[in-house]
Amino acid sequence: MKADVNPKPVARSGPVVANGDVLLAVSNVSLSFGGVKAIRDVSLDIRKGEIRAIIGPNGAGKTSMLNVINGFYHPQQGTISFKGRERRAMRPYIAASQGIARTFQNVALFKGMSTLDNIMTGRTLKMRKGIIQQALYWGLSQREEIQHRRVVEEIIDFLEIQHIRKTPVGKLPYGLQKRVELGRALATEPELLLLDEPMAGMNLEEKQDMSRFILTVRDAFNTTIALIEHDIGVVMDLSDRVVVLDYGRKIADGTPAEVQANQAVIDAYLGIPH
Amino acid sequence: MVEFGQFLEILIGGLLSGVLYSLVALGFVLIFKASGVFNFAQGAMVLLAGLALVRSLDFLVARGIPMPVAILMGLMFAGLVMALTAWLIERFVLGPLVNQDGLTLFMSTIGATFILEGAAQMIFGSDVYPLPLFPTDAWFLFESAFPGGILVNKLDVWGGLIAAILVAGLALFFQRTKTGRALRAVADDHAAAQSVGIPISWIWFVVWLVAGLVALVAATVWGTKLGVQFSITFLALKALPVLIIGGFTSVPGAIVGGLIVGAGEKLAEAYLGPQIGGGIEYWFAYVLALAVLLVRPQGLFGERIIERI
Repeated sequence: MKADVNPKPVARSGPVVANGDVLLAVSNVSLSFGGVKAIRDVSLDIRKGEIRAIIGPNGAGKTSMLNVINGFYHPQQGTISFKGRERRAMRPYIAASQGIARTFQNVALFKGMSTLDNIMTGRTLKMRKGIIQQALYWGLSQREEIQHRRVVEEIIDFLEIQHIRKTPVGKLPYGLQKRVELGRALATEPELLLLDEPMAGMNLEEKQDMSRFILTVRDAFNTTIALIEHDIGVVMDLSDRVVVLDYGRKIADGTPAEVQANQAVIDAYLGIPH
Repeated sequence: MVEFGQFLEILIGGLLSGVLYSLVALGFVLIFKASGVFNFAQGAMVLLAGLALVRSLDFLVARGIPMPVAILMGLMFAGLVMALTAWLIERFVLGPLVNQDGLTLFMSTIGATFILEGAAQMIFGSDVYPLPLFPTDAWFLFESAFPGGILVNKLDVWGGLIAAILVAGLALFFQRTKTGRALRAVADDHAAAQSVGIPISWIWFVVWLVAGLVALVAATVWGTKLGVQFSITFLALKALPVLIIGGFTSVPGAIVGGLIVGAGEKLAEAYLGPQIGGGIEYWFAYVLALAVLLVRPQGLFGERIIERI
């Protein structure tokens, strides 16, 4: 029994690779929708174990970049390499099965389902019993269900959402929905976690909770995190490196302190006097 | 006493015939639950399943294969045809439209309807084919209590039994299995489902396959009742008020909606018909549906839609 279940929600087997190795590299990617150029020739890398922030004014192409990384959008030019394998474009299913999980800017939960069921969907790729086996070997697939349920309960404990376990998520306040969405992403045991504005619309206390969860996920489970966030204070506190996009172009890339001092970044946010 | 006997007979007949509407409505609910698509092609799928079954039966029986074996082989053949249809629809109609608006998907099912209807009749023929699967005679119950007894069609009872088994099976499938949960997830949000690694194309194939098999079950009962013929596709129109009353997302709703429509239209025909002229049966269901829409737009068992602005 004990061999089948990981003791921690996102613990991985195998040695932890030292920080600094590139986990994901985006090279010269361009993406356009008809005449609108959402991303123009952007290259960036995400290293193992870091928290990488992507910032920029509205319409800078931040969400488009996440959508390229997890395969919702297929760029016209450029390549993406994840764990050393280079490809022209990701597919969402492949991205998920190789260890990329994400949350969405406008919470995308399964509204009719409970918190528990939502997070259980994150276990889909880890469950091996096919549809025929489910029908024929009821007992076996029930046992598998129980094993995954245990992992999910640990995630629920970690995110402190025990009290809403059975509540349909459509009824939850926004801050809790964001937390459930993080839980669903964690349930896939990702190597790379993409967070699209995890703190949008939250009050100070909720932001502090979410920051704590993000840091714990990185530190305890060595999950690499890429996040888009508008709250610059949060970005500066949390992230190891920051990339700045503006009108689809990369205008700066470096540590929070470097980016903060960069004239192009200041111009992009505050405008240029004419 | 005669009147009460008559009332009972109409009520029972109406309830049971309502279950037959539910059989068709179930196919709609399945696809709507799992892909958020109102599948206009469900009626055409009943026709296709029925034709595939009845024509393969004729073919096998003509070659001297005993009836029970022929029925089994015919059902398997029709099941295969429905699987192939599900695959083709996923591959060429819905697959390219992932992440599109519900209305776009709905329009594409209208297109699929015409192709399915045309193809089914081109391949299997367009006559009326009798399908003698279930007994079509009737029981007369409680003859001691009521003069002449209460007439109950055996076919309707069979239909009710089959519907009960189907509903129980589908409820278990949706609530208790991993695939069922994945289906509900895809219905709620395509993008989110993909992001956790649910393969949408496989899920849609499964949904359309299950809906195709439900169409096959509906075709066995309705084919026995009416013969397999083109007008079977109009059943889809009768399923619509059933869905509105029961709620588009609820399997039990499809059953209860069917019971209400079936009993309502038969009782209205018998008791209102003489006062305001006959033919009430043909429009009563739609008036009921309109009333439900005014009072409870999500239907009796539907999920209440809450939009955050």
